[in-house]
Amino acid sequence: MKETAGTTGLMFNEPLLWEKGKKGRTAFSLPRRDVKQQPVDENLKGSGPDFPDLSEVDIVRHYIRLSQWNFSVDSGMYPLGSCTMKYNPKTNERQAAQPGFALAHPLLPEPLSQGVLKLMSEMEQYLTEITGMDATTLQPAAGAQGELTGMLLFYAYHKSKGKPCSKILVPDTAHGTNPASASLCGYRSVLVKSNDRGVLSPQAVDEAMDEDTAGIMVTNPNTLGLFEENIKAVADIVHAKGGLVYGDGANMNAVMGIANMGDLGIDVLHLNLHKTFSSPHGGGGPGSGPVCVRKHLEPFLPVPRVVNKNGKYELAENFSDSIGKVHAFYGNVGVIIRAYSYILSMGPEGLKKASQLAVLNAAYIKENLKGTFHLPYDRPCMHECVFSDKLQEPYKVTTLDMVKRLMDYGFHPPTIYFPLVVSGAIMIEPTETESKEDIDLFIESLKAIAKEAQDQPELLHAAPRKTKRRRLDETSAARKPCLSG
Amino acid sequence: MTSMRYLPHTPEEIAAMLKAVEIDSLEGLFAHIPEDCRRKEALNIPEHLTEWELNDHMDELAGSMAVSPEYKVFMGAGSYEHYVPSVVSFLLGRSEFVTAYTPYQPELSQGTLQAIYEYQTLTSRLLGMEVANASQWDGASSLAEAMLMAIRISRKKAVAVSRAVHPLYRRVLETYFEPTDFEIRELPYLSDGTTDLSPLKDMDDLGGLAVQSPNFLGCMENLEDIAQTLQNQKALLVVGFSEPLAYGLYKNPGQCGADIACGEGQSLGIPRSFGGPGLGMFATKMKYVRNMPGRLVGQTVDLDGKRGHVLTLSTREQHIRREKATSNICTNNSLCALAAVMYMATLGGSGFKELAQLNYDRSEYLKNVLARAGFKLPFSQATFNEFVVEFPAGFKKTYQRLLQKKMIAGLPLVGFYPELKDHYLLCVTETITKADMDALVQEIKK
Repeated sequence: MKETAGTTGLMFNEPLLWEKGKKGRTAFSLPRRDVKQQPVDENLKGSGPDFPDLSEVDIVRHYIRLSQWNFSVDSGMYPLGSCTMKYNPKTNERQAAQPGFALAHPLLPEPLSQGVLKLMSEMEQYLTEITGMDATTLQPAAGAQGELTGMLLFYAYHKSKGKPCSKILVPDTAHGTNPASASLCGYRSVLVKSNDRGVLSPQAVDEAMDEDTAGIMVTNPNTLGLFEENIKAVADIVHAKGGLVYGDGANMNAVMGIANMGDLGIDVLHLNLHKTFSSPHGGGGPGSGPVCVRKHLEPFLPVPRVVNKNGKYELAENFSDSIGKVHAFYGNVGVIIRAYSYILSMGPEGLKKASQLAVLNAAYIKENLKGTFHLPYDRPCMHECVFSDKLQEPYKVTTLDMVKRLMDYGFHPPTIYFPLVVSGAIMIEPTETESKEDIDLFIESLKAIAKEAQDQPELLHAAPRKTKRRRLDETSAARKPCLSG
Repeated sequence: MTSMRYLPHTPEEIAAMLKAVEIDSLEGLFAHIPEDCRRKEALNIPEHLTEWELNDHMDELAGSMAVSPEYKVFMGAGSYEHYVPSVVSFLLGRSEFVTAYTPYQPELSQGTLQAIYEYQTLTSRLLGMEVANASQWDGASSLAEAMLMAIRISRKKAVAVSRAVHPLYRRVLETYFEPTDFEIRELPYLSDGTTDLSPLKDMDDLGGLAVQSPNFLGCMENLEDIAQTLQNQKALLVVGFSEPLAYGLYKNPGQCGADIACGEGQSLGIPRSFGGPGLGMFATKMKYVRNMPGRLVGQTVDLDGKRGHVLTLSTREQHIRREKATSNICTNNSLCALAAVMYMATLGGSGFKELAQLNYDRSEYLKNVLARAGFKLPFSQATFNEFVVEFPAGFKKTYQRLLQKKMIAGLPLVGFYPELKDHYLLCVTETITKADMDALVQEIKK
């Protein structure tokens, strides 16, 4: 086997910020004072925050050392299922950092902000086209807020029909955010079981669907990496009872240019620009969660909406059926710029090719690892595949042990213990930006770990060994929370 | 199309991989998708651009925007121009922070985790609260989450919100509350620019009261008096903000008795980017921590007993509790939180105070010259770096003329407060010099 990237290096220790520094240091250059100091209302005056004083060198070493304790896409393969950890192109960073965008005030008079308004308007059109829907809002700040926006649209739609509903169908393969978002709109989640093929069956949906149900939330491809092959029949059943179909677009990376969500019967769909459209995850945000809708839901979209009036872009508020605002301004424009830059760099063929190669990489991994790991649904997969630790059970080795060992080989673990329908799930999403040789090395590493599970299980129980910290005590962290220093 | 630089596969590799999966073409990978679910036509979006073409295109779009230094923007209103030190932008660009995911695997994420733990700590200290979460999306959704949290804790069904809270935050709050049976009541503002508390005496069923300080009119609320007024009520006091630098000069929410302090942290080292991404800062008392939305990082030890950090108290969250979660929020705004903590650390306690004082002094200077020039300052309450000016009727024309001179003379308030005709909200930070202010006043007087 080729040498893997995993190794120990010279990793520095670094204390907490306030354990460093000396009173009187600074890392900031204040502008020259050109006005006199003014008196402050004594009743309101405070003493200022208790922050440590540090020099610029203190700051630089602190964060460089911290950064070296992180694994990132730029350091290696990060095959987190359902997270689409694809490479984040550097030109996107250049574009978003342009002063014209980065310094722009959101309440500038419209004639002075035509450039960004044009970009937003075009971005809405591109996303509408890529999803095969009819209209798009860029306002939601993240995928979860996109879901909430989607549920607010459901609510507004049913209210306009004079038919408030109290329930929503959520498949057992859904992300936890789905039911959490729905309950913010007062919808009680009704679980629909996927069938033995890992997808929704029209019968199960038919049995659960009634007039008091607002609709269904579907992720397609679903979290098992499988295309919901009955989606059209499911949508017909839901629509026949007056319900709507929500599409969780977290897995859109599998179907760009391959399937139109609108044609599948989806009424509302959210996207994660930080997944499919390559904006960086940033260690947990900022993301962006645009929502695309079919015609009948367009009147309810958040305001303001960007409209083009004779070649001039405006922010229009006059949509009386709108659900209102979900963001103070227009969404995470800085993230939207990166995704826009990505779409233009890729073009129509590039996006489709990305989806094809994402699926090819996943299919290749599935093919090469089945037999080594238990494959609960042995069917053609889309952009991710899901294994379990069933074959390792006799050696008392779990999914957690194996992925912790994978760290020592220089890979980030896949998503684990999700979806919940697979016990001990290992959910692998390689994305299209991993090359064949890296994928081969990943496969070989996992095979080597499976062998270790058999021969030296203690190695796995003690893993990881090469990281900055070994396994952390999460139980006592939760029992006696220490949340600030 | 020549090969795309983000797609590493050569035709030979594609062929080999297809062979391994026993499929004859890339299209064949999708053969299991029902025929009527497959897209027939190509995507109708522009042909791909080279990096050269993309740069030209983006330069043109960005070049049409009115930004400093060409324009002098005397406008805050929830989005502030502060100088971002080079050290912050440089460190924030580290790939290891930028291209990592949420720190689910703590052994590989100690960098992000320690940084967020430090962010939580400095945020708690800045706001004077016991515990801060790992951050949320922005100030507006944080206010909505805070009011939902107040309702969860108090088990009441109504909240009161000052009209001096950012009008756009209030609209987001209304959107979040629309499908619920919770009621929002508005409190008017007084002639000095602070919130009128008198209606509270007839509201003994409140779950929460939200004010903002400095408020949207730039005025500092008398937070201690408000806390006092609420003392005999079950309602939680939620103190919002859009300019946390003010707490370098004024008392912070915690000192004044806030139960929840939340707001927008964009002014702490985050570029304005046309309004997003921002930073939802959110802090509360320890006794409410299990009702708090959002991620939390906690300190613990590893198998060798060494100090480390992990995501914790996740049983409140959607991926464990699903529909019973305290919120649907998945992640934080990690990179923005990182920018903020880097910025706070770069300033340090001493620098933070000095910078706050300078913002105050410069805005007081503009206030004074405008007052001397005969313009009215309708609200007498103390302000931080923003204040309202009432210009003579017909100032709109002057405002347009100033735009031609590349000066943006604040935000017209009439769109948000119909009664404040000819009132403008002006903002001065450390990026605006005395010379800029003198030039503005000169031009206004013309």
